[in-house]
Amino acid sequence: MEPAQGIRLDHNYQLSLREFPYIIRWRDDRCKRCGRCTAVCPVKAIEPTVKVQRFVKSEGPVPTPTAVRNITHVVEQVTDMERYCTGCGTCTLVCPNEAIEPEFNPQNKFLHYKNKGGEGYKRGGRRNDPAISTLDRLKFTRISMLTDPALDAGRHEFRVRTLLGRILPPEELPLKITDGGLVVDNVNGKFIPPVREIYPIMIGSMSVGALSPPMWEGLAMGVAYLNEVERIPVVMCSGEGGMPPRLLKSKYLKYFIIQIASGYFGWDEIIHALPYMVEAPAAIEIKYGQGAKPGDGGLLMAQKVLKLIANIRGVPQFVDLASPPTHQTKYSIEEAVAKMIQSMSMAWGFRVPVYPKISGTKTARAVLNNLARNPYAAALSIDGEDGGTGAAYNVSMDKMGHPIASNLRECYLDLVKQGKQNELPLIAAGGIAKKGNLAANAAALIMLGASAVSIGKYIMQATADCFGDEYNRCNLCNTGKCPRGITTQDPKLYRRLDSDRVAERVVEVFKAADVELRKIFAPMGRSTELPIGMSDGLSIDDKAMAERLEISYAC
Amino acid sequence: MCRLAAITSNKYFSPMENILALETMKEGHDGSGLGLTLKDLGGEFEEFKGYPVMSGICSKEGIGVLDEFMDKHGFKLKHVWTPKIKKVKGVIPRDYYFARVYDYPAHYRNKPMHEKEDLLMNTRLALRKIGEPDESIFVFSFYPDVITLKEVGDPLQLGEFFGLDRNGLKAKVIFAQGRQNTNYQIYLYACHPFFIQGFCSMTNGENTAFVPIREFLMSRGFPGYMGYNSDSETFTHILHYTVRQLGFPLTYYKDVITPLKPSEIEQRKDSDALRLIKQSLRPLCIDGPNVVIGYTPDGACFMLHDSKKLRPGVVGGVKGKYALMSEECGLDSAIPKRDKSKDIFPMKYDMVIVSSQAEGVKVWNQLKG
Ligand code: SF4
Ligand code: SF4
Repeated sequence: MEPAQGIRLDHNYQLSLREFPYIIRWRDDRCKRCGRCTAVCPVKAIEPTVKVQRFVKSEGPVPTPTAVRNITHVVEQVTDMERYCTGCGTCTLVCPNEAIEPEFNPQNKFLHYKNKGGEGYKRGGRRNDPAISTLDRLKFTRISMLTDPALDAGRHEFRVRTLLGRILPPEELPLKITDGGLVVDNVNGKFIPPVREIYPIMIGSMSVGALSPPMWEGLAMGVAYLNEVERIPVVMCSGEGGMPPRLLKSKYLKYFIIQIASGYFGWDEIIHALPYMVEAPAAIEIKYGQGAKPGDGGLLMAQKVLKLIANIRGVPQFVDLASPPTHQTKYSIEEAVAKMIQSMSMAWGFRVPVYPKISGTKTARAVLNNLARNPYAAALSIDGEDGGTGAAYNVSMDKMGHPIASNLRECYLDLVKQGKQNELPLIAAGGIAKKGNLAANAAALIMLGASAVSIGKYIMQATADCFGDEYNRCNLCNTGKCPRGITTQDPKLYRRLDSDRVAERVVEVFKAADVELRKIFAPMGRSTELPIGMSDGLSIDDKAMAERLEISYAC
Repeated sequence: MCRLAAITSNKYFSPMENILALETMKEGHDGSGLGLTLKDLGGEFEEFKGYPVMSGICSKEGIGVLDEFMDKHGFKLKHVWTPKIKKVKGVIPRDYYFARVYDYPAHYRNKPMHEKEDLLMNTRLALRKIGEPDESIFVFSFYPDVITLKEVGDPLQLGEFFGLDRNGLKAKVIFAQGRQNTNYQIYLYACHPFFIQGFCSMTNGENTAFVPIREFLMSRGFPGYMGYNSDSETFTHILHYTVRQLGFPLTYYKDVITPLKPSEIEQRKDSDALRLIKQSLRPLCIDGPNVVIGYTPDGACFMLHDSKKLRPGVVGGVKGKYALMSEECGLDSAIPKRDKSKDIFPMKYDMVIVSSQAEGVKVWNQLKG
């Protein structure tokens, strides 16, 4: 066949906008050419450009068509996959005339192309699956009616609290009877593990570094306010990367769980601050895995390692901070878990609960059983596949991991078999409030057997208006260009975020969740203790799911 | 809502007293059953104080199986009591109701009571397992000096049916429950009072946290924690677990099922112990609505409520005879001659304890400890 010489195959190897996940709808008639949208776009997906327009004009009583050429300014979406529109909508926010808006394109072929230079697509956020999750399909179906009057969420006293820490089995309590009453008789020096009474919804691990200073500060202030003023004992986990030195030495440390992960970032500072600590932290979380990216370590990109972060973490500025996927110094579960728990407990004189966090996995029960035999293990936190992250490969986020509901349930039932369901609290995370149903999702997990739940992505969305969603909107968290100022270290971006407002929203979120939890628990007749494992109260509209979760089927 | 009638006295009395008290509270039970537990037996049982009594119901085939089983395990039959059944409308008689006194197998006679109790319970459970599938054997209790009768029907009619007004069955502690069926089927093993190794209780109300409580009890590795045809059976087992298995004084039963708030715990002398108990026994906390009436092996009877106090209960009487009832009218029927102004309506922190032989009554306040 003759080569197509002399014929130019126009625009081949160029992408059309139809391949892009979001297509910008720009309205010429509304745009006043102020340029705000193009200036604000975090990925430079749109640019101002000039176009030549050809009009045919006719003036006067008889048609005298004349062609007129006009040069006009337009806003145009680029067709470079490296600058794809993320659909964040920042342009819409700043536009004074509602002239621009991204529109989701369900036919996009984004993942076909987003691997330029042989590099897999990395992003932040959580699993891009907008389907209704198992948690949202669970319903509360056992309503106390006439035979067992419902409690009154407004009138009766409710205690929505849980325990974090290893709890002794009743048979092993070091008690003796004196004068007809029980007293603690610890002549044999039995180890009584530290136990904290906390609120059953915790804020999960997001590090200083992954989060911007106002975001982290806002969360921390909100948590302190909830504890000090509202008397709702919410705790928050530091994430890997240490904590601001002043906080370490303050009385507020007791509201924080400090995380240690495989990179041990920040721990030099923490250890040095130990002698100056006036309060012990709420707990220590040893991170072995993260639901969003099982088998992956942490990653803080160089552009986010500014002076403050470098100081807190004890590293030079502007270097990629990668934590290895596993704790490199530990080779077996005995070492990884037992020794770490032991050393962390020792650092605080066994006054602080120490527990591991793993990603949801079929092997969670093996870990659990190991912990059940370890009297120092204070809990097990399981992070399901719908958990969020600041940075990971898309493939890890979308395809790796285990849903939380069945993982948590099988672990709880395993503990029930051993009679240890009250001894080792389970913390469930990953996809809670994905659709905004914070209290309902938390209550459902509690009734499946969780002692507490942990939230991350939701709190960013609810308190700082994070754009991210399950249609891959925004999800730029790894790039340092967060348009909301949540996950960036760039002062130009994070000054958009007001930490006081974040704190206020944290308080509102928890107060509202508290009311909603009561609204769920009251008709089910539970008020003084959490309905942990009260699975007869739950149903689901899918037989296979009902069977797997060992709950009833209702339709 | 069921109705409860418990009477404790230093003299033997007939269970008809309890039944008549239930009759006055008739609007609270619907004839779906009567349960009776008699402790400290008089009449023909008085001479068998140390010997275990098995109470239950068998079919014609069942009794043969039961005899064979007991024989094989070395129990010697000493005495048999069967009610003289009188046909009454609405009660369908079963083949064979019985209370049988046995002697322990020879090698158990000198064993400590704890071990004997385990033998008795395991024997009861084994028979239950054999007889439950075809309903050929029901065994409600097997313990010295205790008889349990259960049947479906109206309490007064059942009293007549069993001939309780004629046959001289007497005891010093008698618990009776007139059922209002709120479970889905009427089943004899779901009928209160429940009994295990000397501990007995009956309850009015629902146990909303039934599933986690049942799971906790069943995972204690104690074979007697089974059954649970009624959510209220967990109350008896928690009592047994708290007092017998953990060795706590009786009042801690209240601290286990209705624990205090942390600020209240601080006020108690035993706060350190209480804090640990509350944590370790967290799954056993109830949320009511419940009133629990129970007794312990020494014959002390008690009444307590859940912390919302959504079920009625009253205790009153005279020295030597007290009654613990759902309603005042039941108390009037059982002990009309008493100082009514001294009747006790326990509130959410109270545990009313009538000492054994109905010596006296005291109100233990949980806040004060
Ligand atoms: S939606 Fe966001 S990424 Fe898309 S053009 Fe607007 S600002 Fe840029
Ligand atoms: S708004 Fe910020 S935190 Fe939210 S998805 Fe976008 S980049 Fe991530």
